[in-house]
Amino acid sequence: MTSAPRRTRSRVWEAKRKAANGTMWIVACTATVAAVIPLVVILYYVAAHGLPALNIAFFTQLPKPPGETGGGMANAIVGTLVLVGLASAIGLPIGILGGVYLAEFGNNRFGWGVRFAADVLAGVPSIVIGILVWVIVVVPMHSFSALAGGVALGIMMIPTVMRTTEELVRLVPLSQREAALSLGATQWRTVFKVVLLAAKGGIITGVLLAVARIAGETAPLLLTTLGNSFWSTRLDRPIASLPLQIFQYAISPWDDWHAKAWAASLLLVLLITVLSIAARYVTRGRLRAVR
Amino acid sequence: MSSVTSRAHSLRQRGVFGANASDRVFRWGLFVFAASVLAIIVVLGYELAHASLPSMRHFGWRFLITSRWDPVHYVFGALPFVYGTLVSSFLALLIAVPIGLGAAVFLAELSPRWLRGPVSFLVELLAAVPSIVYGLWGIFVLLPALRPVQVWLGQHLGFLPLFQGPAYGIGMMAAGLILAIMVIPFITAVSREVLQAVPASQREAAYALGATRWEALRGPVFRYARAGILGAIILGLGRAVGETMAVTMVIGNRPDISLSLLSPSYTLASALANEFLEATVQIHTSALLELALILFAITVVINAIARAMLWSVSRGMAQGVRE
Repeated sequence: MTSAPRRTRSRVWEAKRKAANGTMWIVACTATVAAVIPLVVILYYVAAHGLPALNIAFFTQLPKPPGETGGGMANAIVGTLVLVGLASAIGLPIGILGGVYLAEFGNNRFGWGVRFAADVLAGVPSIVIGILVWVIVVVPMHSFSALAGGVALGIMMIPTVMRTTEELVRLVPLSQREAALSLGATQWRTVFKVVLLAAKGGIITGVLLAVARIAGETAPLLLTTLGNSFWSTRLDRPIASLPLQIFQYAISPWDDWHAKAWAASLLLVLLITVLSIAARYVTRGRLRAVR
Repeated sequence: MSSVTSRAHSLRQRGVFGANASDRVFRWGLFVFAASVLAIIVVLGYELAHASLPSMRHFGWRFLITSRWDPVHYVFGALPFVYGTLVSSFLALLIAVPIGLGAAVFLAELSPRWLRGPVSFLVELLAAVPSIVYGLWGIFVLLPALRPVQVWLGQHLGFLPLFQGPAYGIGMMAAGLILAIMVIPFITAVSREVLQAVPASQREAAYALGATRWEALRGPVFRYARAGILGAIILGLGRAVGETMAVTMVIGNRPDISLSLLSPSYTLASALANEFLEATVQIHTSALLELALILFAITVVINAIARAMLWSVSRGMAQGVRE
């Protein structure tokens, strides 16, 4: 007799709980759609505006003087490749070897300090890195240069490469190290011939992601490489690059330059997509944590 | 993982590791590479502080509260830039936090397995698209689309101080929007990992007591992941504060403090991008370097707090949670 009203109340309560659960479902789905829409919209515009301007001349010719139509971005494409190469030459050794240190010897205060510093460095705005390199490279050399740009981008690569390498080297089983050591190998041989080889795939993932991160960086290049509308691959001279060229063309008043800026954006986005897919392919879902 | 390293440690103590002279060289070599990261941070702080000394001496603490930035008369104050940076980042978080968290919940808890991979990849790609591309899109697509919206807001809500003044398109609102788009993938990716790191037993216990998914999430799961999610949001804030190119291209670059979201503003980072190479007088350069120092200090504090929170969720997760 007394249980009847309670049962109806509990039914209402059940319905409320179900409604709350359903609402949460809808809210989360809406949020996911809202998070993905900008990507679709941006990719659409980059492709729609960029494809028509992406022709042979874009890849083979130098920029035309301001206001003239035609020409291309050959120097900027090569410039970006030069800068990425320089950055890798500076950032990869420091990142990979530093990461090996953290994994093999880093379980102490110093190791935690380095980890913390790497995480902080990953969060330092790229423009601030650009200013640092302006102070320590551009001013002493009395010139903007490709080298300065490479140093800035190299510094930005270090945290990603270091933390990924550490993570991957840690995953190599201790038994492999022990096996090498028991055969009489010295420690550095063990690390270079066994551990790094075993962790190779993951480290490549980290490198690809780091390159994807810096290939489109603009702010530090603004203060270090300056940009160049002529052909130059000299490391001690200003050099052109795709991101800077996009910036320069985007804020210009000419439609032809705007079209070229879209084309260069498309090229950058394609490059980064390919690098991201390659990074995924190398590890093939072996490691959830590594992006 | 900790057992692996502690076993390595005991091997080392027994003299198996590092007994050889070449190994000692090897170890010190690696040490130098690892230490270089610490060195970069120290040099960064020192050089910025050193280079902004003339400005510090000349303006003192007033630099931080002066709202006038006038290179022609050599009067420099950081307040408009600090204000613009904080307000644009706050706006971005206002939009990005609900969307980012919702998407993280979807990916970690609700999504069918086959959908999780592709959507995660899209979100990560969104995080990898260069800032300059967002800026280009902002100038040519977002700004023209925003102007009619702003005109409407000015007509109907113009009595609020937030929506007063002419609708240029460029300004604080555009900056907040573009920053939100750029920050969403970060908040999504990091908080998804935090949610996935919550032990399954937390959820299972709640389900066993008859909880719905939402109840399990709201109670045990969120309580477990709270610090980590806060860390993810603060990390997003750090991103927004330091973002340069996209903001520079849409914010209007005028060092004024105005409550209105329609009016042009300026951030620390965009001031550096715009004025640094144009500064010809030493005090101007020095004042800009002091802006860089302020920006550096803000981001170091933000990142330190975020890392401390992410690490606190679980020590072992510290390797997993990165951007």
